[in-house]
Amino acid sequence: MAGKLKIHVDPDKCQGHSRCKSLAPELFELDEYGNAHEIGDGTVPDGLEDKAWLAKSNCPELAIDITED
Amino acid sequence: MNKPVPVTDWVSDFDHTDPRWTEDPYPIWDELRAQCPVVHTNRFLGVYMPTTYEAVKAIAYDTEHFSSRRIIVRNSRPPITQSAPPITSDPPEHKPAKQLLLPPFTPDAMKKLEPRVRAICNELIDQFIADPSVDAAARYTKHIPVRAIAHMLGIPEQDGDLFIKWIHEILELGITDEATLMRAIEEMSHYFMGHIQARKSKPTDDLISTLMKARGPDGQPLSDMHVLGSLRLLLVAGIDTTWSGIGASLWHLAKTPADRERLIAEPELMPTAIEEFLRAYSPVTMAREVIKETTISGCPIKPENMVLLSFPAANRDPAMFHDADKVLIDRKENRHAAFGLGIHRCVGSNLARMEMTVALEEWLKRIPDFRLDPAGKVTWSEGTVRGPRQLPLLLGKAT
Repeated sequence: MAGKLKIHVDPDKCQGHSRCKSLAPELFELDEYGNAHEIGDGTVPDGLEDKAWLAKSNCPELAIDITED
Repeated sequence: MNKPVPVTDWVSDFDHTDPRWTEDPYPIWDELRAQCPVVHTNRFLGVYMPTTYEAVKAIAYDTEHFSSRRIIVRNSRPPITQSAPPITSDPPEHKPAKQLLLPPFTPDAMKKLEPRVRAICNELIDQFIADPSVDAAARYTKHIPVRAIAHMLGIPEQDGDLFIKWIHEILELGITDEATLMRAIEEMSHYFMGHIQARKSKPTDDLISTLMKARGPDGQPLSDMHVLGSLRLLLVAGIDTTWSGIGASLWHLAKTPADRERLIAEPELMPTAIEEFLRAYSPVTMAREVIKETTISGCPIKPENMVLLSFPAANRDPAMFHDADKVLIDRKENRHAAFGLGIHRCVGSNLARMEMTVALEEWLKRIPDFRLDPAGKVTWSEGTVRGPRQLPLLLGKAT
């Protein structure tokens, strides 16, 4: 069985385009400057894997990493 | 003023103000990209233009060799006296100046502004919905961003025509006419100084007061000049850019009935469609000044030249986007650079997206059927920001 996906936003790369938040609001939150962070420890709940990949593939700054446990 | 010599060889002598470029730049960019990732012209005292996504990105990320102190390619390079932080700032000054402006433009902040923008759109539509035809650029798309930004700044929405005049003088006439440019900047500065002075005795609850209350990195309030520069930026950057984005989207929908019908039938596609309009018809080309010799995509880059940082050309690069020349309103993967890349990401991107979304939603709700008026002519703005400035449409079902 495949492991759980984990997402991480690199705060040095994120420039606050907020594409991830608009595509996957369940997985990302924005700070007061509009920069994105993964919610919690970044573990992607079952059923949201496609949204995680979609967010990653739309980030203009390549700031989102996805790893598999 | 001398008329520019018409271009005969785009690759070694391009001119982004040539009427053919203004009318339809995409085939020209394809030609340039096929020749070289970075092209050069001796016009405008020397300008490079990266033509690929990769080259545009490399320059956008490289603040060591490329400065933002000049962000518009013009015929002259007068001494820099008027800055507009953070867009004209380089590191390390850039970050604190930008951070001051970010909180008022988050997606949540835009949600609060959205009802006012919806009302503005409907007030405008009310004025022409009974007519058989309309110039949508002059009577709709033009007025939405200017009123929205005026509302945010806390200045009268009816001063919009004045702002539009200054922007035209700064961004279009100012490319070749320095006197007009300087006068427009002067008038605009004078206008905003009045609003800043008024708030010193009577603070208000708007973006001008927010900036005046903000503290710089040294813990001191910003100087009047800094506040003024940032206000100038918000006005110049926030108006004809989004006017262009809304206009190009409506233009596309007017000439593409299949996309129009699909967006009405599947409104959940709107966010994806907006991103695709932003990619395919990106309005904004920025500029940089080369300050140190370097190499980009194998091409030598020398100081004393400007760079035309064409995010629109990057967004049409087939090496980055499949079917780059097609508008696919359901394009899933879309890392477009319409709002820039790196530290200078447009501070107003969330505002622009909200305005484009609301403007198209309200229009499609009330005017589901429209098409280009064959008796009229669509015209496009010249230079740094590209969008329809005349958009004659016929309203209602074709008979």
